[in-house]
Amino acid sequence: MNFDPLVIPFLAGTVFLLLVVSSKFFNWIRHMDSMQLSVIKKNFATKITIQAICEIFHESLLHRKIFKKNHRLGYMHMSLAFGWFLMIVVGKIESLFYYGSFYDRPWLGIFFKYFARTPHHYFMIIPFSFIMDLFLLVTLSGVMLAILKRIKSGSLGLKKTTNHILLDRITLTALWWIFPLRLLAESSTAELTGNGSFLTGTVGHLLAFLPVEHIEIPLWWAYSICIGTFFLGLPFSRYMHIPTEVILIFLRKWGIQAGEQSSGYTNIQLNSCSRCGLCIDACQLDYAAGINNVQPVYFLRDTRYKQLTPEIADNCLLCGRCMEACPVGLELTMIRQQLRQKPELPGKNYYDYSLSPDNTTKSDIIYFAGCMSHLTPTIIMSMKKIFREAGVSFWFMDEDKGMCCGRPLRQQGFLQQSKDLVRKNTQLIRSSGAKLLVTSCPICYHSFKNEYSLDIPVMHHSAYIDMLVIDKKMELTDSAIDMVYHDPCELGRGCGIYDQPRHILQQIGNLLPVESEKKDSLCCGGSLSDMAIDANTQKKIMNKALEIITKSGPDILVTACPLCKKTFGQNDKTRVMDIAELVATNLKLK
Amino acid sequence: MKDWGYKISKPRTIDLDTADTNRYSELIEKLPSAKKCIMCGACSATCSASNHTNFSFRQCHIMFRHGQYENLSGELDKCMLCGKCNLVCPRGVNTRAIISHMRLLLLDMNNRNIAL
Repeated sequence: MNFDPLVIPFLAGTVFLLLVVSSKFFNWIRHMDSMQLSVIKKNFATKITIQAICEIFHESLLHRKIFKKNHRLGYMHMSLAFGWFLMIVVGKIESLFYYGSFYDRPWLGIFFKYFARTPHHYFMIIPFSFIMDLFLLVTLSGVMLAILKRIKSGSLGLKKTTNHILLDRITLTALWWIFPLRLLAESSTAELTGNGSFLTGTVGHLLAFLPVEHIEIPLWWAYSICIGTFFLGLPFSRYMHIPTEVILIFLRKWGIQAGEQSSGYTNIQLNSCSRCGLCIDACQLDYAAGINNVQPVYFLRDTRYKQLTPEIADNCLLCGRCMEACPVGLELTMIRQQLRQKPELPGKNYYDYSLSPDNTTKSDIIYFAGCMSHLTPTIIMSMKKIFREAGVSFWFMDEDKGMCCGRPLRQQGFLQQSKDLVRKNTQLIRSSGAKLLVTSCPICYHSFKNEYSLDIPVMHHSAYIDMLVIDKKMELTDSAIDMVYHDPCELGRGCGIYDQPRHILQQIGNLLPVESEKKDSLCCGGSLSDMAIDANTQKKIMNKALEIITKSGPDILVTACPLCKKTFGQNDKTRVMDIAELVATNLKLK
Repeated sequence: MKDWGYKISKPRTIDLDTADTNRYSELIEKLPSAKKCIMCGACSATCSASNHTNFSFRQCHIMFRHGQYENLSGELDKCMLCGKCNLVCPRGVNTRAIISHMRLLLLDMNNRNIAL
């Protein structure tokens, strides 16, 4: 007996799934940039591909990243994914032993116990049955945890879990039912034929009070229908992340990065989101301001189903905390920027008021304060003092009539305008013949470093001051004050500058630890990237962040960003200083 | 004649009975903080773009409110969205969002429907 109509729902679902998923993949890869495609060609036949396979094993099956962050949640994902995977693989091997042919009908492994009713014909029955029962038990424990998580998300260490759409709920229910139904179906067969092990055999005995011979077939049908339903819903629901994440890991390993424009790769990232909702707890807009429909999980979902509104696309601080939380490693802020893209007018020249390169002062070092620093003049005064004390001559590029670096425009999707400013600032910087650009604003720093192609190094003033101190160009005095350091988003997560500011501060006073620091640092709320929230909401975010940062009761809160200083400066409890100001007041004068 | 660096504005009249205020209604529906503006001009005083041009958020805001769309699109294009005006505003008006929205309302709202 090798066929029974009850495998038809499973078969139909599988064929449908394979057709839809492969056509989607084909479409996405076709719509990728030609640059991206050439990167794939270059790295296709290298050892990177093997590394990618290892990562797929670690992330898609074992869910190592989630496990490191939250053991219970990691176990839930691992038991479901890896447990089911092993059931499929070992089921196939088991049927290979039983039937003696690898190219046998594909459903024989999935419905093994139903078809292999004469188990005593092969010698490996006991270990195989035992292993299969064990995997089923592990997977069932995952399902139990998943149900528990739906009922009470706190039980798995989450504050909030995703609010799913109907299609996701249907597919989710089908997935949950697959395993209990498999248990019941296998148990009833085990009771009739004696092919069960510790789990199915025992449950089979418990079922003995029922007319097992009559319920066996309906149970197998229900099992098959559940798999079929799950496969039918998979390509259109959150579960599309299962096949897509595999492709994403390959592409990422081969060196593909999200560009400024959306492409097929954006679609691959959108579909790789499993809607696990880990980004929700990370988002300050949710827990500090009560905005609960803009988090990446909802933003990506709306985009995928073509229901994205500008209000949702615009409402994001682009602080990057969600990217740190995302177990799939999606480039969430870049995707957000891509989808904020505004219509362009080709050939239009926007900012015709560029300073001519004749106004440039020739100098080895350029100081670019940035627009925001002009609202915190003490930062500029401090930097001037520091340059003077270190005996460095510099050209203050935006002292009088500066231009914006272009990053705020870029973040709002005005790419063409931004490129215009980039071109003009680049001309000015090149014409000065400088060898180093120092900036006081992390937004400008990020922009000069990543969006400009300057051939000179760019430094934020915190790193520059640290360099001056290490080179003994100036000395700091120890003033024994208690302080905490706040990592600005663009400087820390954006550019990876964590150690230099701390190194300076440790020489000046006692640097107290902060609960959320470095990669987990909070946003001050004043981010230029979010135009959708008003001043009150910004203040709510600021207050909540301040409360966490100043828990240890420091004398001053030190930051390295004029915008953070302005935003935190609104509070009347803790004094806020920029690192340059603190250094300027603690210089050992020569 | 001596050039003093400033000049008298051209005389013009705005007929509020016939002015097109539909777009302004659309704007304040989205960004109600626009109504809080007291036209103090702090935004224009701090503006990075006004160092180079005669761009003024206050002026653009008044023109948009009164349906004076002539040249307005070109004026708004001078803004670099740097955000200084937002920080100095004593009334908490979301100036950058208003500029960005005025730009898009003038371009054509329909272009903004995001399609992938």
